[in-house]
Amino acid sequence: MAAAAALHAPASPLGHFDYQASPATREADWIRRTLLVVSLGFFAFFLLLPLVAVFVEALRKGWGTYLTALTDPDAVAAIRLTLLAAAISVPLNLVFGISAAWAIAKFEFRGKQFLITLIDLPFSVSPVIAGLVWVLIFGAQGWIGPWAAEHDLKIVFAVPGIVLATVFVTFPFVARELIPLMEAQGREEEEAAIVLGATGWQAFWRVTLPNVKWGLLYGVILCNARAMGEFGAVSVVSGHIRGLTNTLPLHVEILYNEYNFAAAFAVASVLALLALVTLAIKTFIEYQHARAMAATSEEIQ
Amino acid sequence: MSAAFFQRRFQVLPGFNLALGYTIAYLSLIVLIPLSSILIKTSSLSLEQFWTIVSAPRVVASFKLSFGASLIAAAINAVFGLMLAWCLVRYPFPGKKLIDALVDLPFALPTAVAGIALTALYAPNGWIGALLEPYGIKVAFTPLGVLVALIFIGLPFVVRTVQPILEDLEPELEEAATCLGAHRWQTFRKVLLPILTPALLTGFALAFARAVGEYGSVIFIAGNMPMVSEIAPLMIITKLEQYDYVGATAVALAMLILSFALLLAINLLQGWKASVRTRGAKP
Repeated sequence: MAAAAALHAPASPLGHFDYQASPATREADWIRRTLLVVSLGFFAFFLLLPLVAVFVEALRKGWGTYLTALTDPDAVAAIRLTLLAAAISVPLNLVFGISAAWAIAKFEFRGKQFLITLIDLPFSVSPVIAGLVWVLIFGAQGWIGPWAAEHDLKIVFAVPGIVLATVFVTFPFVARELIPLMEAQGREEEEAAIVLGATGWQAFWRVTLPNVKWGLLYGVILCNARAMGEFGAVSVVSGHIRGLTNTLPLHVEILYNEYNFAAAFAVASVLALLALVTLAIKTFIEYQHARAMAATSEEIQ
Repeated sequence: MSAAFFQRRFQVLPGFNLALGYTIAYLSLIVLIPLSSILIKTSSLSLEQFWTIVSAPRVVASFKLSFGASLIAAAINAVFGLMLAWCLVRYPFPGKKLIDALVDLPFALPTAVAGIALTALYAPNGWIGALLEPYGIKVAFTPLGVLVALIFIGLPFVVRTVQPILEDLEPELEEAATCLGAHRWQTFRKVLLPILTPALLTGFALAFARAVGEYGSVIFIAGNMPMVSEIAPLMIITKLEQYDYVGATAVALAMLILSFALLLAINLLQGWKASVRTRGAKP
């Protein structure tokens, strides 16, 4: 199961085709207007309005309440844990993504398609199940649970469990972006580097990495957004202990369930800002990628 | 045998064994072994015990809601997602770049944030909820609320799978259709839609798969009433909270099997449609 978000550049230079200029690709005015009104209305209703609501609700009781909610020790602890979970899971999945893409894109072997399907697996599994599996392994009745308890290791309902659940749900992000990109680039450039005397690492650092830097960054920021925002999987393995095993999204839930709406939305607005920054960087990368593609096609001509 | 020999002989690039070895080891540790724990845990049950757990009325009701609402939400997203993608590719309008970027919001916005925002909007005293209240329509804390949340998280899947196909369509196709005397609607129906159908089905399947497993954005708005607005993932959590690990795992396995079967059916449908089309094209 593929994620729909992928770095895309139009295959043909049709991006600037003016569909409204030719009667063959143009609709009647009233159809165009109806389509625009209906689809943009749908967009505003289902996507824009919830986003606006987060900020309006967050500031409903003024900036004072807003800042108090964010500087509360439990909120600060939640921010710290969220950053920690992302700081561990993103680099782990980044290294994995590079290694998977190197093996899959630069070499031929049997079962490649099957391996790609397996890598995508975490995307098609419910986040709740992604949390459940760690409970089954490290929980009190689990495989390693009793052994861990004997050695005073707390994994589930503690920070390591949260990190493991986050690693699971963000597993495919970098690999997903890099595999098609590196496949499209082929291996001639690296082979040339090796033949000219570069070591494998030199070829990787000086040839492969510069070629895939935008795709890599793209995967990393999507991975990071999911790592910081994951709720379901983390909720299963967190003990919901305030100040200890609460990430930001879980903190939002606790505040909300305590009817402390202003604080819940204040914390939520931080996460919404993070989402907006993610989208901004993502759009910037797409723009850079499209420019790089256009430059290459011009060079070829 | 000879292929392997050939490859080893002429392989210029190094690092295959290291990269593949690390990939498989990490994949096994993080994904495969943990997921296999679900199979192993349920294998302690007899088939009859498994069936008793997953055919309990409350579990069945949660499955019906999760799969039913996910199918409806994916269908709604397929229709409106196609329209939105069409507008984004074909029509000039102010703020287009911004809207194009914001389509991915459900990918980036943490599900819990979406959940409380939607609840605030659709609650009886919320912006939209207050508008619907006089007509007796209740969205928050009913199955309708589940549907709204699933529409929210599924929309970008359809838009982002259809949009690239629309962008790469050659205008010559439509010009040819027009020259041959087709109306705009006939061109869309007979020329464009068949080309877009595979992407549309893929988007539908992706939105559906995501919706079935969705938890964070749904639980706030659903109200979570047993038999009425309780989704399948919540069933797993409820059982876990009662320390019924086996029950939770059985429900999880049933969910995985059901969604896998449905996705397989969608794939088969896509293959079948493609084969019908090629057969139909033959003189």
